[in-house]
Amino acid sequence: MLLYLLKRILLFIPTLLGITLITFILMRSLPGDPVAGMAGERASPETIARIRAELGQDRPLPFQYLGYLKLLATGELGRSYYTNRKIADDLVQKFPNTVKLALAAMVFASIIGIGMGVFAAVKRGTTWDRFLTLLTVSGISVPVFWLGLALMLLFAFYLQWLPPSGMGNGNPIYIILPAVTLGTFSLSYIARVTRSSMIETLSQPYVAAARAKGLSEADVVLKHALKNSLIPVVTLIGLDLGSYLNGAVLTETIFGWDGLGRYALEGILKRDYPVIMGVVLFGAVVFVSINLLVDISYHFLDPRVRIKESK
Amino acid sequence: MLNGITLKDLTGNTPALIAATLIMLLVLTAVIGPRLTPQDPLAMDLDSLQQPPGKAHLLGTDSKGRDIFSRLVYGARISLAVGIIASALSLCIGIFFGLIAGYFGGRTDVILSQIFDIFLAFPSLLLAIGISAVMPPGLISAMLAITLVGWAGFARFVRGLALSIKEQTYVEASRALGARSTRILYKHILPNALPLILVAGSLRVGSFILLEAALSFLGLGVQPPTPTWGSMISLNRAYINSAPWMVIFPGLAISITVICFNILGDFLRDKLDPRLQI
Repeated sequence: MLLYLLKRILLFIPTLLGITLITFILMRSLPGDPVAGMAGERASPETIARIRAELGQDRPLPFQYLGYLKLLATGELGRSYYTNRKIADDLVQKFPNTVKLALAAMVFASIIGIGMGVFAAVKRGTTWDRFLTLLTVSGISVPVFWLGLALMLLFAFYLQWLPPSGMGNGNPIYIILPAVTLGTFSLSYIARVTRSSMIETLSQPYVAAARAKGLSEADVVLKHALKNSLIPVVTLIGLDLGSYLNGAVLTETIFGWDGLGRYALEGILKRDYPVIMGVVLFGAVVFVSINLLVDISYHFLDPRVRIKESK
Repeated sequence: MLNGITLKDLTGNTPALIAATLIMLLVLTAVIGPRLTPQDPLAMDLDSLQQPPGKAHLLGTDSKGRDIFSRLVYGARISLAVGIIASALSLCIGIFFGLIAGYFGGRTDVILSQIFDIFLAFPSLLLAIGISAVMPPGLISAMLAITLVGWAGFARFVRGLALSIKEQTYVEASRALGARSTRILYKHILPNALPLILVAGSLRVGSFILLEAALSFLGLGVQPPTPTWGSMISLNRAYINSAPWMVIFPGLAISITVICFNILGDFLRDKLDPRLQI
């Protein structure tokens, strides 16, 4: 067990290094002076001198990369060209908002997605099933930024049930539209996987045995089959967590949600490169960390995974 | 190439048939459509700003008085070109490195797999943003960004296929006869992996089109005044309440296109290997 943990964490290091190498290459290929890129245009001469010394532009590239790593290790992601604020501070401030939105979206996607998947599996081959299949294909095909605008038009402007945008100082009604928008893609995947997994489970002998025992169909499906068909679904939900970061960039932009995504867009619009790269690097690190945690927790939760690995 | 799939399979599956027909129409529109469009997609008609759909303008006009239908037809070129070319490019790169990693194994495999994992470690849109932000925005940078985001997934998939195919007896026989690695890869492993690779590719075209739309929406794709579906939405999104058609139609165009590609991809996957997941 300990050996497994150690192995996973050791494997994590080259991935992290690879991520920083890619962002380093991207930073180096930026138009203009990379030092100005990291320090911001209004940086004090001392900051510029310090970063220049750390980056050591006169040294060969591998040394420059080491300098970049050293800066990152101290939490230095550079400063915004425009606000001159430390990007690391901004990220720490905005990340919780993105997490809040992503969690709300995940809860919505999981509950509705599993429900839809189970229903489609039980109604397999009927018009309901075909309708839900079309709905879930649409769910993974619709651009998230357009879905957000369409929902806003319907629920905020036509029906006037929900506020169109903003965060409403934490009023939960403001999170509904963004969370539904962000969750729809994941919901559709969850429904598709739940459906196929459920169909497979329903053909197992023990389900036939439960039916033969005279249990009601609802008991068979919800008590016996569901639990076993959820394993791949839970895997999917875990691995999909990081992909909410993709949707968040677009969703937050539409709904004026003050998280990482909107921060990134502001960076893009102003060509504020340190901000863009800061979000890219931070997002990737969050993404791989979540995947690592999900992997490790499976290892603890599912004995079958452990056996497979020891083979 | 996709042995086992006939036209009969397609006509027996109504959604797949509709999807295939629509995609063909769309490709046709992209190729010859610009000759047929009623208006110049860039011509601003200041007397008819934000006109709702009607006789003069089939799908209305945008905030600068440009004909939305004509702009959609032009936008189809970019969406399809980027989606299909980026898929093809990332498939080629993915096949190349995936075959090498899977076939040669050992240290080559460890290093290449680690590189695949690093590219897959980025949330796709974020990496695409990072790559296209450092290049001058445009068609090439969008395509390049999407290719660089997409190739690693294919590479990992092809690696898995190569790993299992190289254990087959016909590969062993070929090796026993003294065939060189390049010949085995080219004559045995690639042809046997290709149907599944193409299915994987067809399943990704839709997501590449979405990625292009997202980059355009964020202002990192093809630049105005050239119309793209994604930028049509971002340019007009402030008018969502007063003139919703300016936003709704481009979004419908993206959605319907991607739905068709996904339905067709699902159909091919179910026919060739129901358990294939990518």
